[in-house]
Amino acid sequence: MLEMLSYSFMQRALLAGLMVAVICPAIGIFLVLRRLAQYGDTFAHVSLAGVAAGMLARFHPIYTALGFSVAVSLGIDWLRRRYSRYSELALAIMAPASLGLAVVLLSLTKGAGSEVLSYLFGSIMTVTQQNLYLIAGLGLIVLLALVLLYKEMLSVTFDEEFARIGGLPVGVVNAIFMVLTAMTVAMAMNIVGVLLVSALMVVPVATALQLARSFRGALALSVAAGLLSVLVGLTLAYTLNLAPGGTVVLTAVGLLLLVLGYKKARGLE
Amino acid sequence: MNTPLVKLKDVSFGYGSDPVLEAVDLEVRRGDYLGLIGPNGSGKTTMLKLILGTIAEPTRGKVELFGVPSGQFRDWWKVGYVAQKAASFNSGFPATVAEVVLTGRAPRRGLLRLYTREDRQAVSEALEKVGMLAFKDRLIGRLSGGQQQRVFIARALVSHPELLILDEPTVGVDVEAEAQFYRLIRELRQQMGLTVVLVSHDMGAVAHEVTSLACLNRRLFYHGSPEEFGTEEQLCELYGHHVRAIHHHHHD
Ligand SMILES: Nc1ncnc2c1ncn2[C@@H]1O[C@H](COP(=O)(O)OP(=O)(O)O)[C@@H](O)[C@H]1O
Ligand SMILES: [Mg+2]
Repeated sequence: MLEMLSYSFMQRALLAGLMVAVICPAIGIFLVLRRLAQYGDTFAHVSLAGVAAGMLARFHPIYTALGFSVAVSLGIDWLRRRYSRYSELALAIMAPASLGLAVVLLSLTKGAGSEVLSYLFGSIMTVTQQNLYLIAGLGLIVLLALVLLYKEMLSVTFDEEFARIGGLPVGVVNAIFMVLTAMTVAMAMNIVGVLLVSALMVVPVATALQLARSFRGALALSVAAGLLSVLVGLTLAYTLNLAPGGTVVLTAVGLLLLVLGYKKARGLE
Repeated sequence: MNTPLVKLKDVSFGYGSDPVLEAVDLEVRRGDYLGLIGPNGSGKTTMLKLILGTIAEPTRGKVELFGVPSGQFRDWWKVGYVAQKAASFNSGFPATVAEVVLTGRAPRRGLLRLYTREDRQAVSEALEKVGMLAFKDRLIGRLSGGQQQRVFIARALVSHPELLILDEPTVGVDVEAEAQFYRLIRELRQQMGLTVVLVSHDMGAVAHEVTSLACLNRRLFYHGSPEEFGTEEQLCELYGHHVRAIHHHHHD
């Protein structure tokens, strides 16, 4: 099994996968606890429209995906503040609108077929050196932002009204968080694919919430569950010649079931 | 040092066209223990929101905190707040008591700064004050209503505020926890010289505790010492039938 580490494509895949495995659940835990898990899916659809635009313009799709996603994150934040009671509606409209745009743009692009598939289902086996740099760069930015804004994010997530009254710039924190989410989705899409990005943001968190005894613990366990899923998933994909994105997510779900089963067996429910 | 900590001058406010507050004048001075009472829907929480700046502007009149117009006030750590629904958070939230209380330090620490040992020290002290230090590492959702309330008081105290505002803190806690709560506020006032505003619709309990009383029902009906406030008959005159109804409801 260690032989897989001798291939440079596999080294890149693992490095990119590990980065994504850390970032997705770390952002995901805040999404889940604020009951905004749907955002992951919405940004994934928006990123796909970005990918389609990039293909049509013959420009690196990952950059256009990032641009679309971040632009929309700011737009959604703006909408959320104006129509606070209909924030789910903004999401519910944004996802199909993006998908529609993606389909139309793709129909204008010649020979987009196979490349599109790699964005839909992930293409960890074809991570280029340049993609790896971008993913590492984005990942470090997201991580740094999470460390520096940890106390604001936790405060706003636990009790937004209290944070606001205490004088925290809640609006700014929320806007930054939306941008970070958009960046995370765009970078992870390349690895696990549009359809599975939000799974990697949510499933490891669900596993962690079953076991955690503190917020720090929940964060650490989420990341651990993400890392384990990616490592095991990619190894399985390599040895059994399976689709990597799917294997990773199925591993994450398997881990969740294992934890649920363990708790049930021990009578901890 | 004689500027009132809170000053409302001729304040009126309505969410729509109906007024919720009308021509309210109120001052809270350093060292006061003010009981703000009134039936449900009388505008108590709305008045606090105007003071705390969650409602930006009154329709008419002025709100000042520590002598500063509330729109320009920046030292929000000087005001500790325990909301009416503080305990209605997501009880599955994976945070310990200490982690929750620590969030009360965030504004004081400043943006992009990490918590320091001083912050953690302040958390222990605040938990000690409310008698919850032993529960420091418990999940917040695993505590009783009364214990959670004390944790939220600790979160309000951890920034070392000068003014503590509590919105209906004894709703939904048992009689023993209620007695414990009033004892705690008495201690905090003695030890820290805290100024306290306590909102309640339970006239009976509050009148024994506070140093001054304000009765709100859209307008402010009485503001003065509880001793002069008088008997229940006068109370009913002031409020119409509201207070009696509430009173009975509460003791059911
Ligand atoms: N966000 C809001 N939008 C519209 N009306 C509100 C809002 N909050 C409170 N009200 C109304 O204002 C009145 C006063 O409410 P509130 O200040 O909560 O009273 P209290 O705290 O004394 O029970 C009530 O009639 C209530 O229905
Ligand atoms: Mg109220």
